[in-house]
Amino acid sequence: MTVEELRRISAEKAALINVRRIVREQAEKLAPQTGYRKQVLVCGGTGCTSSHSHQVIEQLEKSFKELGIDDVLIVKTGCFGLCALGPIMIVYPEGAFYSQMTPEHAKTVAEKHLVKGGQIVKELLYAETVQPDGGVIPFSEIPFYKHQMRIALRNCGVIAAESIEEAIGAGDYSALARALFEMTPDGVIDEILKSGLRGRGGAGFPTGRKWLFTKQAAGDKKYVCCNADEGDPGAFMDRSVLEGDPHCVLEAMTIAGYAIGAQEGYIYVRAEYPIAVERLNIAIKQAREYGLLGNNILGSGFNFDIHIRLGAGAFVCGEETALIASIEGHRGEPRPKPPFPANSGIFQKPTVINNVETWANVAPIINNGYAWFSSIGTERSKGTKVFAVGGKINNVGLVEVPMGTPLKTIVYDIGGGIPHGKKFKAAQTGGPSGGCIPAKHIDIGMDFDNLTAIGSMMGSGGLIVMDEDTCMVDIAKFYLEFTADESCGKCTPCRIGTKRLLEILDKICSGKGEPEDLDKIKEVAEHMKSSSLCALGQSAPNPILSAMEHFGDEYEAHIYDKKCPAGVCKSLLNYHIEPDKCRGCTLCARNCPANAISGAVKSAHEIDTTKCIKCGQCIAHCRFGAIVKK
Amino acid sequence: MAQNVFEGTEKQMSELMACIDENRGEPGALMPVLHAAQDIYGYLPAEVQTVIAEELNVPLAEVYGVATFYSQFSLNPKGKHKISICLGTACYVKGSDKILEAVEHELRIKCGECTPDKKFSIESCRCVGACGLAPVMIIDGEVYGKLSPDDVKGILDKYVKD
Repeated sequence: MTVEELRRISAEKAALINVRRIVREQAEKLAPQTGYRKQVLVCGGTGCTSSHSHQVIEQLEKSFKELGIDDVLIVKTGCFGLCALGPIMIVYPEGAFYSQMTPEHAKTVAEKHLVKGGQIVKELLYAETVQPDGGVIPFSEIPFYKHQMRIALRNCGVIAAESIEEAIGAGDYSALARALFEMTPDGVIDEILKSGLRGRGGAGFPTGRKWLFTKQAAGDKKYVCCNADEGDPGAFMDRSVLEGDPHCVLEAMTIAGYAIGAQEGYIYVRAEYPIAVERLNIAIKQAREYGLLGNNILGSGFNFDIHIRLGAGAFVCGEETALIASIEGHRGEPRPKPPFPANSGIFQKPTVINNVETWANVAPIINNGYAWFSSIGTERSKGTKVFAVGGKINNVGLVEVPMGTPLKTIVYDIGGGIPHGKKFKAAQTGGPSGGCIPAKHIDIGMDFDNLTAIGSMMGSGGLIVMDEDTCMVDIAKFYLEFTADESCGKCTPCRIGTKRLLEILDKICSGKGEPEDLDKIKEVAEHMKSSSLCALGQSAPNPILSAMEHFGDEYEAHIYDKKCPAGVCKSLLNYHIEPDKCRGCTLCARNCPANAISGAVKSAHEIDTTKCIKCGQCIAHCRFGAIVKK
Repeated sequence: MAQNVFEGTEKQMSELMACIDENRGEPGALMPVLHAAQDIYGYLPAEVQTVIAEELNVPLAEVYGVATFYSQFSLNPKGKHKISICLGTACYVKGSDKILEAVEHELRIKCGECTPDKKFSIESCRCVGACGLAPVMIIDGEVYGKLSPDDVKGILDKYVKD
């Protein structure tokens, strides 16, 4: 295909896509030009698919047939971001936001809203979009979306995820055309350099410099690589981009290929993401058919193609040299750097490796210029960051905000606060390599440098919110279990260090901790940080060190008082029946598998703590809230 | 450990050979071939690893090394129904360890094991990206979300019957 053909498809689809982007009044005027009276967008991301969004689509198709509706378009998109409310369905041009849909709900919406002259079914809308006076606001106005700025996620939840023409209509491949025909390879690199874009995968290395080093490296063959081995448990922004807008990654990799002089690229993606893998395969096939991958792209004479390699469940493969080893078909073990991948990467050839979210920022920079991008964010962290907000928070989902946005805004304004009126205790960023941000730092502006300064790190953008019921020692132990499990075993500090740290934490959580354990932790941690081979080992002690710094009192309570203040560590808890609340119904005694509860009918019962196995059956069965852990 | 008797069919072998032929000579062919073999057989029996080593001209030790390095590859057969419980952070904070305990209790096996009748196997995984539904359990690719330990028995009963 030629640039003219690309522009023609883009123009043809522009109105269709724009109806989904602009405010209601304009959208209603534009809708007649699209050939569809209404459009129904149903989320087909992993979260909503898991809550059966495909059944919603099937029901809509069925109802449309029965009701004779032929002028409403059904669009299966990627993730909208508000995963807690899935399956999500949005109707345009109104922007009506239906949440937690079932096939029955879909039938009702089709019959009452989507038929000609139909009205919005208010009782099925997401409650926050219905105002007290009964008016309906479009979803873009609700707090969850209002505070966001979507660059990397610009097309996620907007376009049909498996349609290259919709992707083109939304602007994909326009930056590629610009780079190929209006810019030199050096010009492309210069634009990325000046934009200040830093890698979104963890280390925050300037992307433009990686590209420059790879271009300057000597070699007959060079590679472009996309790191889609999103291993931080709790982070899912990369998955969302691949599921919602796979073409933006292919486009960006092709642009990098042009800039550094590579003709081949690899995407290394987790096998745990079957929908993302499928959509990538579809996207690559389509791009080849449309002449946007392969030989002579857009008639420019430039050749570039992309292969997919599946991971197989190894966290360490997110480390770039381990990832390269895995692509080459070996055990995914890291190797010392230098040489850096820019000089010796895949098959020992110069290689640019960037993470999915980083790639997703490339096309907007090429299209809008470096000055636009660098005007967003903070002094040393430009642009936006996507956070996967999870844990004890109301609006679990994906949030993209300018760098430097206060944590408070993310947790309360966007995230809707903590469920059940509990108190915010801390947020963990950077996953198993990062640390926690305690409540006293909730006003912190979220960017690379601020997070590092308080002992956490940006990482890939996982943000797990914890409330007063979370034990910080237990969470540190959880992360250590993870890193001990995922340590590849190649270097001693990481292999042995993670095990020893885990043993010490196990000891503390089971009530056998001794005061000198805290010094031992620090000593082992120092050695691991200074002498591990890769970032996995170097950063594995971070969750403990940061928890010790901010929640030292909890460690001390475990060690000196043999108490777990949050009531999590089983060995340190005893179950008690509060006599004034107990009605003597005997339900707890009858359900106790250890026969540890005694007491006469209609009089207060008692638990024999020597027999109690702390299984929690009594609490689950008590109807009067009389049993407490302390 | 009890030896598993290899029960591969000719059809499986021809599928494997087709995949090997497709990847032969490609750099880094071992991983895609092992993925395919795991799909075809459900696990990676020693016999299959030997065939792959010979056909790809890679030392058997290296095939074994790769097969044991990655958690997605298994040297033991899995149950007819594969249960996977997410122990990623978002699920853990929401109590997925209690879900795992309930499944272990219900099936009387531990995580990583297979029931004697080969009907169920349990494994843990780290984040399937459905954090909005935490805690989640996956049975044969079907995701069950927002679980409480009390839900487990009812869900498993559906699979016990077939």
